[in-house]
Amino acid sequence: MTNKTVLHAKHLAAGAKMVDFYGWEMPINYGSQIEEHNAVRTDAGMFDVSHMTIVDVQGSDAKAFLRRLVINDVAKLTVAGKALYTGMLTEDAGVIDDLIIYFFSDTDYRLVVNSATREKDLAWMNKQSSGFDITITERPEFGMIAVQGPQAVAKVAELLTTEQAAAVEGMKPFFGVQIGDLFIATTGYTGENGYEIIVPNDAAEDFWQKLVDVGVVPCGLGARDTLRLEAGMNLYGLDMDETVSPLAANMAWTISWDPEDRDFIGRDVLAAQRAAGDQPKLVGLVMEQKGVLRSHQVVVTEFGNGEITSGTFSPTLGHSIALARVPRSVKVGDTVEVEMRKKLVKVLVTKPSFVRNGKKVF
Amino acid sequence: MSNIPSELKYATSHEWTRNEGDGTVTVGISEHAQGLLGDMVFVDLPDVGDEVNAGDDICVAESVKAASDIYAPVSGEIIEVNEELEDAPELVNSDAFGEGWLFKIKLSDASELENLLDAEGYANSIDED
Repeated sequence: MTNKTVLHAKHLAAGAKMVDFYGWEMPINYGSQIEEHNAVRTDAGMFDVSHMTIVDVQGSDAKAFLRRLVINDVAKLTVAGKALYTGMLTEDAGVIDDLIIYFFSDTDYRLVVNSATREKDLAWMNKQSSGFDITITERPEFGMIAVQGPQAVAKVAELLTTEQAAAVEGMKPFFGVQIGDLFIATTGYTGENGYEIIVPNDAAEDFWQKLVDVGVVPCGLGARDTLRLEAGMNLYGLDMDETVSPLAANMAWTISWDPEDRDFIGRDVLAAQRAAGDQPKLVGLVMEQKGVLRSHQVVVTEFGNGEITSGTFSPTLGHSIALARVPRSVKVGDTVEVEMRKKLVKVLVTKPSFVRNGKKVF
Repeated sequence: MSNIPSELKYATSHEWTRNEGDGTVTVGISEHAQGLLGDMVFVDLPDVGDEVNAGDDICVAESVKAASDIYAPVSGEIIEVNEELEDAPELVNSDAFGEGWLFKIKLSDASELENLLDAEGYANSIDED
């Protein structure tokens, strides 16, 4: 049984090429992935991300539960609407999923998790909720549209009520606000400004069409992938999974070690890994010559082999880029080799971030 | 249904071959194949002068999505490659049967053309995919 989002008919009507994405029939592109990519870097594009899973966690123990569930500390969230990015781990410190948590109050949080991991995430959360006074509620009655690009904020503004416009005016990154029937958040997966907007299912088609009418370009999962990779953002299942520590997935910044007595799941194993300092790390790779780096290619370094976790052609830069997991001793600026089609090709090691706000950043 | 010109011959691996009538053929990939691959970013062409055998992988079409081997549909010598693709690989997407051609082969055995599919045969092979 294939799932369809509330915007499925809009994609078909727009001539989208549809693919199966972990059980969801989603648009891969509407013609040209590269043109869609460029629309987001230079103007405004939008993605149907209604397949993502929205989960509300509410109740008197909501804060205590999330302080145990995830590696970042939700106690740092004190301003209503503020969000954080983090991960939840197995007891062995493998990444079950990465997610965004929005804070409304100490008893009311919203989580957005990946669709590909929906079932195991919900099962894990329900299992861990034992003993906590909380409710975990999935919210399938909403669609979600990500509007991204330098003109995204201005174009969305044309569709907002005066009240909504006032509420989002000057909103800082990583905030979300419920205003009228829209939940508008300054988050995204492209490295550009913009919003992720949660909209009731019965209003989603109309809102999507209004965005089209103000010139926002529909973009598929293909462009979403090249954009997130240029921005150096992880994709669950490629760049990390349950066999990978967050220390080996460029997620150390999402761990809150203080206070020391916060007993989050996986902490003991993670602390031992940190002390040992032997986890590999996720770096960027840049190859300016012809060819495209791809997932699972072997990276040969003087400290041992690594592996490309995600690779693509970067439409913004005009050459290939990749994220790769390599031995920790490899340094930014080093030259390493990638095994491509039986040949070893020299590539440059960079920080795992390539493009932000339309500009090269390495 | 994609466009499949009836004057061309096809391989099940999605190459098209046009008989130029002078002992040479022009080769490209089909409209259907370019659609599967998506936006083309590099085409690694064979060298002029290469001797190739039917079925050899002699060229790589690299799209944003994947790298795909292109096979020689017939045996012979590579006499020309489409150098326009160096700067404009997207021609393979926009005009697969025309300006997006890949290379030309001087046939060493013209009877090999009979091993290729006609348009109808190729259309059936796509349906079976």
